[in-house]
Amino acid sequence: MTHHDIETIFRDEAGRALATLIRLVGDFDLAEDALQDAVAVALERWPAVGIPAHPRAWLVNVGRNKAVDRVRRNIAFRGKRDALAQELLLHAPEPGDDDAGALHDDVLRLIFTCCHPSFAAEVQVALTLRTICGLTIAQVARAFLVSEDAMAQRLVRGKDKIRLAGIPYEVPDRDALAPRLDGVLAVIYLVFTEGYAATSGEDLMRPDLAREAIRLARLIDALMPGRGEIKGLLALMLLHDSRRAGRETAGGDIVLLEEQDRSLWDRAQISEGLRLVEEALRMPGRPQSYAVQAAIAALHAQALSYDDTDWRQIAGLYEVLLRISPSPVIELNHAAAVSMVDGPARALDLVDALQVRGGLKGYELLPAVRADLLRRLGRHDAAREAYLQATAATQLEPLRRFYARRIAEMTAR
Amino acid sequence: MQYLLLVYRSEAEMGQMEPAARKQMAAEYGEFTQSIIKSGHFKSGDGLQPSSTATTVRVRDGKTLTTDGPFAETREQLGGYYLVEAKDLDAALGIAARIPGAKAGSIEVRPIMVYD
Repeated sequence: MTHHDIETIFRDEAGRALATLIRLVGDFDLAEDALQDAVAVALERWPAVGIPAHPRAWLVNVGRNKAVDRVRRNIAFRGKRDALAQELLLHAPEPGDDDAGALHDDVLRLIFTCCHPSFAAEVQVALTLRTICGLTIAQVARAFLVSEDAMAQRLVRGKDKIRLAGIPYEVPDRDALAPRLDGVLAVIYLVFTEGYAATSGEDLMRPDLAREAIRLARLIDALMPGRGEIKGLLALMLLHDSRRAGRETAGGDIVLLEEQDRSLWDRAQISEGLRLVEEALRMPGRPQSYAVQAAIAALHAQALSYDDTDWRQIAGLYEVLLRISPSPVIELNHAAAVSMVDGPARALDLVDALQVRGGLKGYELLPAVRADLLRRLGRHDAAREAYLQATAATQLEPLRRFYARRIAEMTAR
Repeated sequence: MQYLLLVYRSEAEMGQMEPAARKQMAAEYGEFTQSIIKSGHFKSGDGLQPSSTATTVRVRDGKTLTTDGPFAETREQLGGYYLVEAKDLDAALGIAARIPGAKAGSIEVRPIMVYD
């Protein structure tokens, strides 16, 4: 057994162990400190005596004892409230090793707490990555290109708010469940999209974030089975992520969909995604946005080449999406699909109309889509102008390099 | 836990309300207040005179400075409050959403600090 094996176990079990510890000791910070203590003991002991048969139960048990120690140590300095806390702690129920139901509930509760709508989106994402996914503060900070101090502060404020504002540690009741689940899925998708195409920086993709998002969606799909919106989101992410190896060159340059080597796409992930899309679309009720987006990704994944793609059906699915959840971003995607069915001139009309309405102010991809349409129409001066706007609108280096290549092509003509 | 629910409304908009709408709003507030008294959430609550009646006090270097008007100029002004007892934030947010002023204005929900 190597250090790497132990790391893997921590990554897989930390979120679950923390969720159970929070229930047992009733305090987020105490549970987190106790788990850190338990991990330290494990790192010391496991290499010598081997990994226990039930590593999570081991971490929970040791963590709980460490929490008791911590409360005992503090008790000398503090007053009656802590004595009461200790009382509660010492009489807390023993964690059941095989109590899978209780564990499920613990993790679900923790997810809904971290994704509570009273947190700003970036706080929800940070808390989720830190506590459910078990990323270190440094890793979460790196993922969002903020300093470690700033991220630590964001997390502390978040955890303080849980305690001070009385954010409940529970799965919402039936009336509130659907909107709250939407919030959780939005957090997962936010993590994924940052992994799929970063907002800024040197790297187009952050595969670790995409992987975490997929892992989270699998987890919540297992915890809340039979929900189309979860399956749809998981399918969407699997299908998008399946193209990863084809999406950039070894040098980190963007490879457009039309130029990608489709043999590099992950076939196993595609077939899992396709199966999930079908399941999601078969669910009763009106189709969910994620499932329809996944259906679009499925058509791309199944197409033998860019030209063989069923653009007419893709454009139609974008129209369905516009009815379910209208947004300027979907209108833009719709226009891009229309350009493949009715030609770039028709699509340019749609994009210009969208720009006039002003719904997409600041959205960096609008000038990029316009630029591509103008290029295909042979309007090179206007295209170059639009590529310059697109360059100014992005902070992602690979995109800047791609626009620079296009600008050079336009200038050479 | 206890929460202070601060009701913010645009005084300009309130000033333009028809008498019938004003009466309707007062009736809705009466009904809402009765409902949270009955359910045991209500601790206290009041409406405030408009922000034009506000005076702000600061003490600097031992000298008291008073200025005319509220602490900060905002689009919506503090117009009243409820102090409620609620199980957790979700319960408090649920009560806040039922305050008649939530439909046109905003409710800020603040947990009350507990001293050890």
